[in-house]
Amino acid sequence: MSNILSLTTFLPLLGVLLLFFIPKENKAVLRGLTLAVTLVTFIVSLLILTGFKTNAEFQFVENVPWIAAGPFVMRYNIGVDGISLWLVILTTFIMPISVLSTWKAVEEKVKEYMICLLILETSLIGAFISIDMFLFYIYWELMLIPMYFMIGIWGGKNRLYATVKFFIYTMVGSLLMLVAFIYLYMLGTQAGVTDFSVLHFYNLKIDPAIQVWMFLAFALAFAIKVPMFPLHTWLPDAHTEAPTAGSVILAAIMLKMGTYGYVRFAMPLFPEAAHRFAPLLATLAVIGIIYAALVAMVQEDVKKLVAYSSVAHLGFVMLGLFAFNVNGMTGSMLQMLNHGISTGALFLIVGFIYERRHTRLITDFGGLAKQMPIFATMFLIVTLSSIGVPGTNGFAGEFLVLLGGYESELRWWTVVATSGVIFAAVYMLWMFQRVMFGELTNPKNQSLLDLDAREIAIMIPLIVLIFVMGVYPNPFIEKMDPAIKKLVAQIRPASMDVKKIDTTSPAAHGAIQSQSGLQAPAGYQGMSGMPGAEQPAGHSGTNGQMPAGHPGMSQDGQTSEPAINPHESK
Amino acid sequence: MDMISIPAINMTPILPEIFLSSLAMVLLLITVFSPGGSKSLLGNISFIGIAATAVLVGSGWGANISSFNGSVILDNFATFFKMVFLLSAGLSILISDKYMNREGCNHGELYPIILFTTVGMMLMASGTDLMVIFLGLEVMSVSLYVLAGFNRNNLKSNEAGLKYFLLGAFSTGFLLYGMALIYGATGTTRIAKIATIIGQMTLPSANIMLVAGMLLMFTGFAFKVAAAPFHMWTPDVYEGAPTPMTAFMSTGPKAAAFAASLRIFLIALPTLQAEWGQLLWVLAVLTMTVGNITALRQDNIKRMLAYSSIAHAGYCLVGFAAGNGTGTAGILFYMLSYAFMNIGAFAIIILVAKKGEPNGTVMDLAGFGFKHPILALAMTIFMFSLAGVPPTAGFIGKFYLFSGAIQKGYIWLAILGVLNSAASVYYYLRVIVYMYMKEPNEEFEWTVVTAPVALALLIAVAGTLIPGVVPSLLLELAQNAIKLI
Repeated sequence: MSNILSLTTFLPLLGVLLLFFIPKENKAVLRGLTLAVTLVTFIVSLLILTGFKTNAEFQFVENVPWIAAGPFVMRYNIGVDGISLWLVILTTFIMPISVLSTWKAVEEKVKEYMICLLILETSLIGAFISIDMFLFYIYWELMLIPMYFMIGIWGGKNRLYATVKFFIYTMVGSLLMLVAFIYLYMLGTQAGVTDFSVLHFYNLKIDPAIQVWMFLAFALAFAIKVPMFPLHTWLPDAHTEAPTAGSVILAAIMLKMGTYGYVRFAMPLFPEAAHRFAPLLATLAVIGIIYAALVAMVQEDVKKLVAYSSVAHLGFVMLGLFAFNVNGMTGSMLQMLNHGISTGALFLIVGFIYERRHTRLITDFGGLAKQMPIFATMFLIVTLSSIGVPGTNGFAGEFLVLLGGYESELRWWTVVATSGVIFAAVYMLWMFQRVMFGELTNPKNQSLLDLDAREIAIMIPLIVLIFVMGVYPNPFIEKMDPAIKKLVAQIRPASMDVKKIDTTSPAAHGAIQSQSGLQAPAGYQGMSGMPGAEQPAGHSGTNGQMPAGHPGMSQDGQTSEPAINPHESK
Repeated sequence: MDMISIPAINMTPILPEIFLSSLAMVLLLITVFSPGGSKSLLGNISFIGIAATAVLVGSGWGANISSFNGSVILDNFATFFKMVFLLSAGLSILISDKYMNREGCNHGELYPIILFTTVGMMLMASGTDLMVIFLGLEVMSVSLYVLAGFNRNNLKSNEAGLKYFLLGAFSTGFLLYGMALIYGATGTTRIAKIATIIGQMTLPSANIMLVAGMLLMFTGFAFKVAAAPFHMWTPDVYEGAPTPMTAFMSTGPKAAAFAASLRIFLIALPTLQAEWGQLLWVLAVLTMTVGNITALRQDNIKRMLAYSSIAHAGYCLVGFAAGNGTGTAGILFYMLSYAFMNIGAFAIIILVAKKGEPNGTVMDLAGFGFKHPILALAMTIFMFSLAGVPPTAGFIGKFYLFSGAIQKGYIWLAILGVLNSAASVYYYLRVIVYMYMKEPNEEFEWTVVTAPVALALLIAVAGTLIPGVVPSLLLELAQNAIKLI
């Protein structure tokens, strides 16, 4: 199966073709078929996972000519590495869940809705696996169209405003990025680059003065998508107005497109500029964490609260990325997955309750726990996961981000960001308390039914993952580890090496570890003596030294000792 | 006594023009002698004639034959543009019959005049002498004045015809005066010779007559492509003219003006590129911005598309300002794509409008999306393509146009271009918003798709989508077409 990636990408599109032939009155068939298509896509994508070899290289690569005219050569060049692997799986995993969540919520124009969902899936997967930058751009823009329709047609009261804002915001950023794309290519052709493959551009030595502008163009496009403060204003609108499945996909996958863009493009392509702007972007990330948490606290609408919590969570992801070290990056990648699962689950929960009561105002609820015990239990688990309580997935990621941040030059940023964890506990638990506990005063709530089998079936996989990733995140980290190490080596510009060694000296690093009394980082670093580790080691020869704080890098052979988990030491 | 020596004339380069003109005259005769006959038949004949001409033109691909003592040429550049004109004319003819019947102005002269316009445009693309280009332009323009005012019982249409005629005549004056001054400065009207003579000048940019001639020609062409600030006629003419003719006017003649000006400026005046490049830079920014900003405020959908067509001319001027291979090939590709998507959009507008209310507003589209899903899907594709969203031909075209500018080093021009493009998204999306996201006020029971319209839409959708996904072939053709200039 050499073209399994293409198969995964275009299976949903094939589903669209099938849907065209089904009469629109036949809603059950439409839903069932879409579910089947997304499930098959998920199963096929699992083959990618099982066939993935743990190293830093792109795998399942397909590279065939596509466009060649004038100065440009674009190729259909796709592949997955440790960074994109999980995001692809996350996408295929979330899609069947989103389809199931619309079973009752969408009664009108079911056919069109399902078509939108499937086109969205294709474009999301396509963007994650594109190695060719032009191909990435096509998917990146394409995904706007179905989401635009989903919010605009099936959204809430204020949907038109929200959807146009969403579209134009994203479009402005990505068009400026397009200019930088083209400019980068023109630079590349002078240096002998023959096509749009991002791998060629990694090796370009671009003048830092030019890097600044191109980085800004890329960073703006991705920052809008993430979204980073102060470009986040489209998100609460879009989330609040979108139908449940739209919110789930938006939060769980589409926002990751922004952070993924930083990891894949903005940072490794323009390392000097990335370092230069790290303090600025970290500041915005931290402001985002605190500001979004404060705003979330005063929200009256549950969905809006969850939307703002997204902004805060992605602030953590950004902070981890700009720590420029393995811990921070790993934490960010993990947190991207975690956020996909927890926030996706939160939006589903909000969807369940909205379908029953057609309101999302916190004041309309209270005491639901007595009426809906299963719902309450699941809601609690998801809430705790979103806060990052140890034992849930949120903890592992957030912890690594903070650890990485603390090890890096962003120490003080990290200290401030840590308070965001507390704020998160405050707004989430307070919301939970107001919705679920207290007296069941509102008579409309007294007749609420607990979750039905379909709804439980939707939630179970998410809940299982919350615990699995919380208790034993290593299988996830293991696959991404070599790619992350390679990336960290890539984004260390030669000029920064001397300075870096000082800040992450073994002594200082060890001290932090022993102070924290956690073996976790050491444990997971122990795993890094993998085949893929040779790759970054090779880089260190040309690029300067590796971060000194990662002893595992230099070890050879398999270190099969299982990593110890952060909270096992609790 | 010396005989006037007549050079051996190779008719091949103008064979398509001869064929099309003869066909037009035959059609005129048919109209005259059977005034009550079916006009649909005339439409069908002229469409078939255009298709045949397209085959004829297409068979000339790869040739490079100069004739009439170097005043016309058959090269890939001309062939590519002729295909654009024929496409534009063919699609417009397909969507004309229904509209003209509905508005009660289906006079038989319509089709011959469209064919004459096409002949004029084709001469503009293949002319290598300023006089031939001017003749072509006049044939085209005069026919267009008639087409704009073709609905003679409609005041707006009359106004459009008259306005277009007055301003068009005025601008033709500029163009002709410019050509005269160039002739004065160089002593020839042959494009290639002009280039040689200018090349021998020590400082051509100091030759006032030459520069003035260039500026006047520049103005004349700017008027024809509706570049700001010479665009004032466009909205009124486009709004008043019968919709199929608006579709025609906004695509074919615009492409013709680009064809002629590209040939003149790139072959005859490359030594002055520094000067006209700068001018075009300013003109492009102005045109894009004026077009887009004004379009934002339009409710009338024809006016909206008129302003949008100004903006699209602006995008092409970006490629023109760059003046390099990428930008120029971008113009060729874009003009072809624009013919597909813009005529497609006008075809839908014709279907949505009711009899007697040919000038619909965007609001009239409310709820159209779920009443006629396939038509609305087609309209959505056209709108996204006009907005330059992938995977459509509009995106690839813009990509090449802006790439040309970046390659030339005009980064700011590209940035202003994409910002304009982002602004334009708003008004194209507005159409989609009304189609899909507003409750319908109407049942649209009058929207009946006839076979020719269906064919036109099919061609337009295919021409918008396929080059968006696999643009290689068309881009290669465009690259080949500009090799010779």
